[in-house]
Amino acid sequence: MSEPSEPRYDVPLTVNGAHRSARVVARRTLSDFLRHDLGLTGTHVGCEHGVCGACTVLLDGAPVRSCLIFAVSVAGQQVTTVEGLGKPGEPGSEASLSPVQRAFRECHALQCGFCTPGFLTTITAGLAANPAPSRDQAVEMIAGNLCRCTGYQNIVDAVLRAAELTGADTPAVQERQ
Amino acid sequence: MKPAPFAWHGPRSVPEAVTVLSEHGSQAKVLAGGQSLVPVLAMRLAEPAHLVDINKVTELDTVTTTPSGVTVGALARHSRVEHDAAAARAQPLLRQALRLVAHPTIRNRGTTVGSLAHADPAGEMTAVLALCGGSVTAVSNRGRRVIAAADFFLGPLESALAADELAIEAFFPAAPLRAGTAFVEIARRHGDYALCGVGAIAELDPAGRLTSLRCAYLSVFDVPLVLDVTRSWLSGESDAAEQARSAVDPQTDLHATADYRRHLAGVLTIRAARQAISAAEQGAFAA
Repeated sequence: MSEPSEPRYDVPLTVNGAHRSARVVARRTLSDFLRHDLGLTGTHVGCEHGVCGACTVLLDGAPVRSCLIFAVSVAGQQVTTVEGLGKPGEPGSEASLSPVQRAFRECHALQCGFCTPGFLTTITAGLAANPAPSRDQAVEMIAGNLCRCTGYQNIVDAVLRAAELTGADTPAVQERQ
Repeated sequence: MKPAPFAWHGPRSVPEAVTVLSEHGSQAKVLAGGQSLVPVLAMRLAEPAHLVDINKVTELDTVTTTPSGVTVGALARHSRVEHDAAAARAQPLLRQALRLVAHPTIRNRGTTVGSLAHADPAGEMTAVLALCGGSVTAVSNRGRRVIAAADFFLGPLESALAADELAIEAFFPAAPLRAGTAFVEIARRHGDYALCGVGAIAELDPAGRLTSLRCAYLSVFDVPLVLDVTRSWLSGESDAAEQARSAVDPQTDLHATADYRRHLAGVLTIRAARQAISAAEQGAFAA
């Protein structure tokens, strides 16, 4: 996707803790940059105009639509994609999953899985801001993400379950137990 | 769904940005948060030859509150303004309206001044600026000017900014003494565009009598519409609702008919006014 004469820009980013860089045209969106230039295809691109939320990544810790940001605009910043949410371990194993990912598996919060990366990043940041949401707050937390399979109920369940799992992971709660 | 090629400019300061705009203004768009502009580019509804990306002009990433009001720099994201406690105390409409601007994920990137420059009559912040009588400051190589809200919004997606001007900040005056505010809207889903929204400022005299009640309307007029409904409200809530219904000029689209939006303008006038008056009476937002 570039015209022969189109200028290119070096875009260095810290992605999931690692320094990454590529030289791209200015109209390269962050979502395409992650997928095509860095090979991180976990970030999904649905509507490509900011409605569906599938492309949500964390920019300096805050969830943003990566399809509505040009990579060149965020040079030098930190990005966390769905690939960066898990922990080291055998891929797919319980130990490798973050609390939100474990909750999605337990609650059957995905079917086709296309929207899931955007939900996982959104909920990870949402629980960091509000570690113990009410059910209404959980609904509001995911209101900006579309899912065409699940009907959302299991995703809301997963938000609440992830809050429990996250709480159980914190030392203060473990001491009480 | 990919934007057409454009020449990208990444100024690091206001003078640099203004210089680029003076050279290319008529063919350039300013990119801040991009939450409205990038979809337009992706759908190729617009193909500006130049994009002036101000995301690294960090001197504009400011929210400053003084007793007279809140000044929001052009790079301050909605979420920063929303969570600024001093700003919310000085002008409660800011937080009341910002929590209704799209979704938190959009607010993390979109800027308040950008939404004003976008001049969407369905935008919450355009209504807030109009309701509290704020202003936008623009700079160009020709100088600096302050544009009152009443002169800023010319039509749908049309502001008074000239092609070579950069909106550097917006000023939202503090709520008056013994005033209460409210912002309510009806949307198909939380975070969607409002079918109709109403902001209200109620002012009381020292004896607690209502002296002023003004409402601003979004999604039902070409520009943010501000009505003084003090007299009609004092003669009865339904009179104020009727004043709103006859003043608005909504359009039918696939989300709602014009009649339904007109109906909502009346209902929401009463709802917003009651909340604003109640807030004023409780003194919760008194300066």
